[in-house]
Amino acid sequence: MSDHQHDHDHDHHFPTPESYGLLDRLVNTLVRKGIVSMTELEQTRVETEKGNPQHGAKMVVKAWLDPDYKNLLLRDGVAAAEAIGHSMVGAPPLGVLENTPEIHHMIVCTLCSCYPRKLLGYPPDWYKSSAYRARAVRNPRSLLDEWGIKLQPQTEIRVVDSTADYRWMVLPMRPSGTENLSEEELVKLVTRDCLVGAGLPDSKVD
Amino acid sequence: MNLQVPVTAPLFKPGDMVRIPLVWPEQKGPCHIRTPAYIRGHSAQIICHFGAFPNPEELAFGKPAQLIHLYHVAVSLSDLWDDDAKQDASLLIEIYEHWLEKLSP
Amino acid sequence: MSKKYKNPIAAGHHDLGGSQDFDNAKVNLDDESIDFEDFGARVDALRLVLGAKKIMSVDELRRGVEAIPREEYFQTQYYERWLRSMIYILLEKGLIEAKDIA
Repeated sequence: MSDHQHDHDHDHHFPTPESYGLLDRLVNTLVRKGIVSMTELEQTRVETEKGNPQHGAKMVVKAWLDPDYKNLLLRDGVAAAEAIGHSMVGAPPLGVLENTPEIHHMIVCTLCSCYPRKLLGYPPDWYKSSAYRARAVRNPRSLLDEWGIKLQPQTEIRVVDSTADYRWMVLPMRPSGTENLSEEELVKLVTRDCLVGAGLPDSKVD
Repeated sequence: MNLQVPVTAPLFKPGDMVRIPLVWPEQKGPCHIRTPAYIRGHSAQIICHFGAFPNPEELAFGKPAQLIHLYHVAVSLSDLWDDDAKQDASLLIEIYEHWLEKLSP
Repeated sequence: MSKKYKNPIAAGHHDLGGSQDFDNAKVNLDDESIDFEDFGARVDALRLVLGAKKIMSVDELRRGVEAIPREEYFQTQYYERWLRSMIYILLEKGLIEAKDIA
């Protein structure tokens, strides 16, 4: 048993006070030297914050409703995102993995925190946590149990470690009993966590 | 991205059994490796070939990066962790060709 | 536990897959810390601009994060690690000097 366990089995959620000043000094230095500009930083941030789990949810629902779009989504995630009007310029390839009654996918990046940011926005804290990165490839079922997610007995869990150039998203199964829901209502069922395998879409809109 | 050598044909195809060698470049000096320790020394099956991408081990040091073939490989978690209780779970992981050796059929 | 479980001496401390140090740590899906003063958003924007200008790649950023010593790695917040990495890489490239950010 590591003697580090007491020190770091939980992550630090907040930067130290010193880091705020350090960031300011770094930015000011780089601006002063003409290496970056404040405008570039602000515009980049605006662009980044166009990423949102809603885009992923819309793509999932479109795939539920349109078999041709589903084929595109599974073949070329970037093209599928662009097809719904979301720019993926500069983004790495996007792989989409389909959940079936036999397979439930769970996405992780054990080495850092690779996540489809261009599409979905900032990754959640839990996804970046040391605990998730350590446990997901070791015992994924213990995580699903902890989260109260019940899979069918025949469902295998497939953990996907994002170690290289692809970013990964899950195409969850459409829940039963949703035949009468509109496309908009269906989109509300697909949460951010569903898109990385940490949730299953509900069958009812709240 | 600078290409030192044109990429050759992929060595592996879907279905091939491969092994990730149990080697530790980290012990030889500073490096940046995208092959996690937990997969080294294990066998896996090639699921698909993604194409060739610049070697992150070189990009991390600002060096010209060779294109390396990238694969999805699969291994069952029971094989990976050698537990008594078998897990009904598997792993898919992206591994670069220079971290794969063909297993004899 | 696998007989071929990672060599604790050889693996980098960032290489967390399968680490047993976190067996008792829950993963709370509701964890959502507030990004005070937009610290994380600003760090992220900076690394993207440096990347777009080919000044620092994501691979260099990762290498810089991995170079953070073990104790410090586990005592820093996620974007704080990125900030430390960017400074490390920019110093290495001679684009900034230590006195610039002191």
